[in-house]
Amino acid sequence: MLYNGVIIRMVVPLLEVRNLQRFFPIRRGLLRRVVGQVRAVDDISFQINKGETLSLVGESGCGKTTTARCILRALKPTAGEVLFQTAAGDVVDTAGLPKAALAPFRHQMQMIFQDPFSSLNPRMTVFDIIAEPLLASGVRSRGQRRQRVERLLELVRLRPEFMQRYPHAFSGGQRQRIGIARALALNPSLIVADEPVSALDVSVQAQILNLMLELQDELGLTYLFVAHDLSVVKHISDRVAVMYVGKIVEIAETDRLFKAPKHPYTEALLSAVPKPDPRLRSERIVLQGEVADPAHPPGGCYFHPRCAHAIERCRTETPALEEVQPGHQVACHRARELTLKGVGARR
Amino acid sequence: MINAPLLSVNNLKTWFFTDEGTVKAVDGASFEVGAGKTVGIVGESGCGKSVTALSILRIVQEPGRIVGGEIQLRRADEAGCVDLAKLDSEGKEIRAIRGGEIALVFQEPMTSFSPHYTIGNQIVETIQLHQDVGKEEARNRTIELLRMVGIPRPERRIDEYPFELSGGLRQRVMIAMALSCNPKILIADEPTTALDVTTQAQILDLLREIQERTGMSVIIITHDMGVIAEMADDVIVMYLGRVVESGPVDEIFHQPKHPYTQALLRSIPSIFAEPRAKLPTIAGSIPHPHNRPVGCPFHPRCVERIAGVCDVHAPQLRPVNELQMASCFLYHEPEEAPPS
Ligand SMILES: Nc1ncnc2c1ncn2[C@@H]1O[C@H](COP(=O)(O)OP(=O)(O)OP(=O)(O)O)[C@@H](O)[C@H]1O
Ligand SMILES: Nc1ncnc2c1ncn2[C@@H]1O[C@H](COP(=O)(O)OP(=O)(O)O)[C@@H](O)[C@H]1O
Ligand code: SF4
Ligand code: SF4
Ligand SMILES: [Mg+2]
Ligand SMILES: [Mg+2]
Repeated sequence: MLYNGVIIRMVVPLLEVRNLQRFFPIRRGLLRRVVGQVRAVDDISFQINKGETLSLVGESGCGKTTTARCILRALKPTAGEVLFQTAAGDVVDTAGLPKAALAPFRHQMQMIFQDPFSSLNPRMTVFDIIAEPLLASGVRSRGQRRQRVERLLELVRLRPEFMQRYPHAFSGGQRQRIGIARALALNPSLIVADEPVSALDVSVQAQILNLMLELQDELGLTYLFVAHDLSVVKHISDRVAVMYVGKIVEIAETDRLFKAPKHPYTEALLSAVPKPDPRLRSERIVLQGEVADPAHPPGGCYFHPRCAHAIERCRTETPALEEVQPGHQVACHRARELTLKGVGARR
Repeated sequence: MINAPLLSVNNLKTWFFTDEGTVKAVDGASFEVGAGKTVGIVGESGCGKSVTALSILRIVQEPGRIVGGEIQLRRADEAGCVDLAKLDSEGKEIRAIRGGEIALVFQEPMTSFSPHYTIGNQIVETIQLHQDVGKEEARNRTIELLRMVGIPRPERRIDEYPFELSGGLRQRVMIAMALSCNPKILIADEPTTALDVTTQAQILDLLREIQERTGMSVIIITHDMGVIAEMADDVIVMYLGRVVESGPVDEIFHQPKHPYTQALLRSIPSIFAEPRAKLPTIAGSIPHPHNRPVGCPFHPRCVERIAGVCDVHAPQLRPVNELQMASCFLYHEPEEAPPS
């Protein structure tokens, strides 16, 4: 494509989520009648380009995991489209397909879990754990599986001799490496990582984050990274989407979102992070009240009961996610007029 | 005596005698807590932070035992000290101190409440256990406490059950219960680890506000360097059951002395980082408690280790300047012959 005389490479998103919704019924009484809906994910849209990392952040219960599970079709979306570009180059809507039709490309999306302790079967050796998906996909020769497992262990910087050991012999960081090796076994293009470092020791978090960055460069992986720790997110992401009560309220490039947030909720989240520098102890914005209940969200902007900038309009009218600058979308009536505080580089 | 610390822990050793061997959960920890100060204890999981707290309150469970050291608590009235490590852990004296002079707030508020009683009943009971007041007065005090920790409509909330409250409100109730007997020392063990950052900010603010109002000392235990930087006056860094460094918060963050403190500060993901920048890391991982390294517990991971010294001798916590102490041979000579 030619634009002002410059050749622009058309970036095709690997994943595009359009108007995704997932509600959970609330049932009561003997007849288990549906008395309401938890709007866990409520009409969100975003895309992730090939080789990129997009992070989903937000407080507990805002819908991060539900979004991730819908993308992997571990949950059936209530509505919306999940457009995934397969290795063959076709674009499929995984939200709409019947489960059986998903089989041919399901392995191209893989998950890394939070808890490296419970996600590995304690009765299987490391070899069996990593080789399981290979076997399931039809690699019959044990020699071939062995070779592949060796290569995968190398990739995650573990010694091949570890193959015959059981998970309990490994530290949390090593188990997370094993989990990553298994996720990579079938050459996926998309990795969905749900809080992959939050159960790890601080000194080990850095090792796993570095490994994920290196693997991305080596293998051209695309990451959807789910986390609540904004410091971790700053390290790993190209772009960040902030969720609040089932909706995306802001999405932008990492640097831009941290330095110049445009949504009052993003500003408050950034401000609340304890900074590892005693000289920066200072005026924090402490949000009052609690996160809205996704079964009974307030009218208008869901954030208005806690927002210091709310005006009359915010109580009645729901703000739409709109682009305020190229690549920077915000759902706030006052996004263009407010000047909010971000987190810059240290000094 | 004016500057004498309120609490002084000397060479505390708390070990667990398990079937697989002895776990030296706390193995020679020393530190002091000044009156009205906030002391932060920081370290990665398993380094002995919680066992230190449990030892001070004398609620270490079997097969754990304090096997050495002292825990001196200064009493204003008797103008003397009591060594908590020497008290009978079931005795009258420690039971009066526990929840009275020293109170504890845990990480998971749900497990610290009984699900069968209202929060009001549980606080009223604590008040009546330590103070000679009637039910009516205890109930009024409880409502006041709930109001003080920022619980909306406390007259109604007092009759609710723990499961009816959110995590943040439960942690507030827990703090109200801890404050019910005007403690001199509040120990908060990972008080915000289970909470979101926004709720964490509310709880940390609350702790600071209450401390300003009451002048109590606070021991805050966390693995989060950010929480330490926000809250602590003095910092104690633990690694494998030992204090490896201690000092005022500014020195710890801006001139850390111990190689572990230095490496830890470099390796934590920071909100100030450049996106996608690689982090410096600490090699290896924390050893299993049954395989404690000989010599300096940090030596297998230390980039500055001195061969023949660090893997043989155990360093002791000693002053490195007027403000800081460190347990490291970069600053001191070995003091004793190596164990034979
Ligand atoms: N199976 C389910 N049935 C009913 N409600 C559910 C179910 N799964 C999730 N929810 C609700 O949907 C909302 C979003 O949950 P989700 O697990 O996606 O949050 P999250 O952002 O991943 O939170 P966390 O940070 O705690 O992991 C919450 O209100 C949750 O209680
Ligand atoms: N009841 C127990 N039995 C055996 N070992 C224990 C027990 N409680 C704690 N430990 C061990 O003591 C060490 C310190 O634990 P703890 O103080 O809980 O660490 P943290 O610093 O994470 O709070 C760990 O090695 C832990 O496994
Ligand atoms: S729309 Fe109104 S209430 Fe919502 S974030 Fe913007 S200013 Fe605040
Ligand atoms: S004593 Fe030696 S091994 Fe231990 S921290 Fe100091 S230099 Fe490193
Ligand atoms: Mg989740
Ligand atoms: Mg602990």
